[in-house]
Amino acid sequence: MTAPITAGDAFHSIDGSYNFAYLDEQTKRMIRRTLLKAIAIPGYQAPFGGREMPMAYGWGTGGIQVTASIIGVDDCLKVIDQGADDTTNAVSIRRFFKRVAGVAVTEATAEATIIQTRHRIPEAPLTEDQIIVYQVPQPEPLRKLEPREAETRKMHAYSEYGLMHVKLYEDIARHGEITTTYDYPVEVNARHVMAPSPIPKFDNPKMQMMPALQLFGAGREKRIYAIPPYTQVRSLDFDDHPFAVQTFDTPCGLCDATGVFLDEVILDDKGDHMFVCSDSDHCKGRRQAGHVGPRAAAAARLGFPGSAGDGA
Amino acid sequence: MTRSEPLMEAAGVGHIYAGGQVGCEDVSFRLYPGEVLGIVGESGSGKSTLLSCLAGALEPSSGQVKFDVGRQGLRDVFQLSEPERRLLMRTEWGIVRQNPRDGLRMSVSAGGNVGERLMAVGERHYGQIRDQALDWLGRVEIAADRVDHLPRTFSGGMQQRVQIARILVSRPRLVFMDEPTGGLDVSVQARLLDLLRGLVRDLGVAAVVVTHDLAVVRLLSDRLMVMRHGRVVEHGLTDRVLDDPQHPYSQLLVSSVLQA
Repeated sequence: MTAPITAGDAFHSIDGSYNFAYLDEQTKRMIRRTLLKAIAIPGYQAPFGGREMPMAYGWGTGGIQVTASIIGVDDCLKVIDQGADDTTNAVSIRRFFKRVAGVAVTEATAEATIIQTRHRIPEAPLTEDQIIVYQVPQPEPLRKLEPREAETRKMHAYSEYGLMHVKLYEDIARHGEITTTYDYPVEVNARHVMAPSPIPKFDNPKMQMMPALQLFGAGREKRIYAIPPYTQVRSLDFDDHPFAVQTFDTPCGLCDATGVFLDEVILDDKGDHMFVCSDSDHCKGRRQAGHVGPRAAAAARLGFPGSAGDGA
Repeated sequence: MTRSEPLMEAAGVGHIYAGGQVGCEDVSFRLYPGEVLGIVGESGSGKSTLLSCLAGALEPSSGQVKFDVGRQGLRDVFQLSEPERRLLMRTEWGIVRQNPRDGLRMSVSAGGNVGERLMAVGERHYGQIRDQALDWLGRVEIAADRVDHLPRTFSGGMQQRVQIARILVSRPRLVFMDEPTGGLDVSVQARLLDLLRGLVRDLGVAAVVVTHDLAVVRLLSDRLMVMRHGRVVEHGLTDRVLDDPQHPYSQLLVSSVLQA
């Protein structure tokens, strides 16, 4: 984000058919106003006039509108889908912004100024110079328990959050522990309870006092919310069942990383499998630095993407 | 039981719906701690409208509903700010609905339903919440092994009892009951009434019971109001009103009950 681009600049995308970053300038203004409101009240779901985007709801229309409103010509965009940079959603959104904004894109977390994400926060710590934009399918953390919108708004307004613990209670009563593993509710700035979007609860602690600005866009529900840099973000829990993140018994099969979020990958039809970093950029960086995981050889033999055996 | 300060006071409470339909008119009474007030009347007599006004769900178009909020004494319920009123409703009050589906969260286990009010006032220790839920389910005669079952797997009478436990767990001072035995068969009704009477007496909870069933008020209530066309036509001690009704409508009501 550098010099603001105004309507008067008549800035055009590289193919000339669209305004810079697809949205018209008035829409961007409206979204920026909503963003300011959302940042001013951390965790509050600010309604905005969501636009139809050239893709289906559920594909990140909220996140894209937020990104389109804050991106500038000098920005460098990274898009994550399930931690990876090379999956469908990430590739198509990256291509979309390359075409309608002509901005630089990257897969390296450290190089990016704006990171649009679905389902993960990168393993590498984010900095004050970065903004992370989350795609949110369901912004209302209370929705599954209280279907009435008028009622949930009041519950937020009056800080009536007992119901959120009913959900956690149900988990423990049925399974002996809190089994909510993604979209795990958090309390922001000791005030609003917020859905952190479907990131694994493993990533929840990264939101606490994060130096980067965090923006959340829900396209279908037309809500924007935000966590300003260095804000308290606490995951809800019980005194006798404290919040805990997932742990993994094995390191990443490709890069030997520990303390990161791992995905299970099936290797053959005989039950062989391995765990690899969900954050593909983090894994790549470690492999380039010379780290070799216990399953690297097997992965190379199978031509696993990113491994030594990958033709690319 | 001290009878010094009323717990609730209704003064000229009336509600006229948009369109001029009279819900209830000029209802006044005082309810003292631990007292049970019965409200009877035929369908359409304004019982439910009055209950909604008293329970803070419907703002009356005339009159006042005051509740003893503690240190500040009697306060007009509708002058309280909305968060204050909602806090009152989920701590000091409770409403037992005629249909348990309206009063329970059907997708949440019995234990979760009972624990909700505890969590709503900041209880954050799972073990303690569960112990209290088990204790209260026991008091309403629901077996401990049903604590994690969903209310929809329960019979109608059991659902009604879960609803009662869910409210009493926060130790309210006042409970509103809207046809608490409606839709239950006679033997289940009798057991539920027996249970309710025991709980109300043990806990010293005041209650306002709205019903069309005279047997319910005979068993539960200390005082009785008879309503017709939105107005209170007779008001007195339950036994006096039922055994010696003065108003023609009360006489009709009492004599319509078949003596088994």
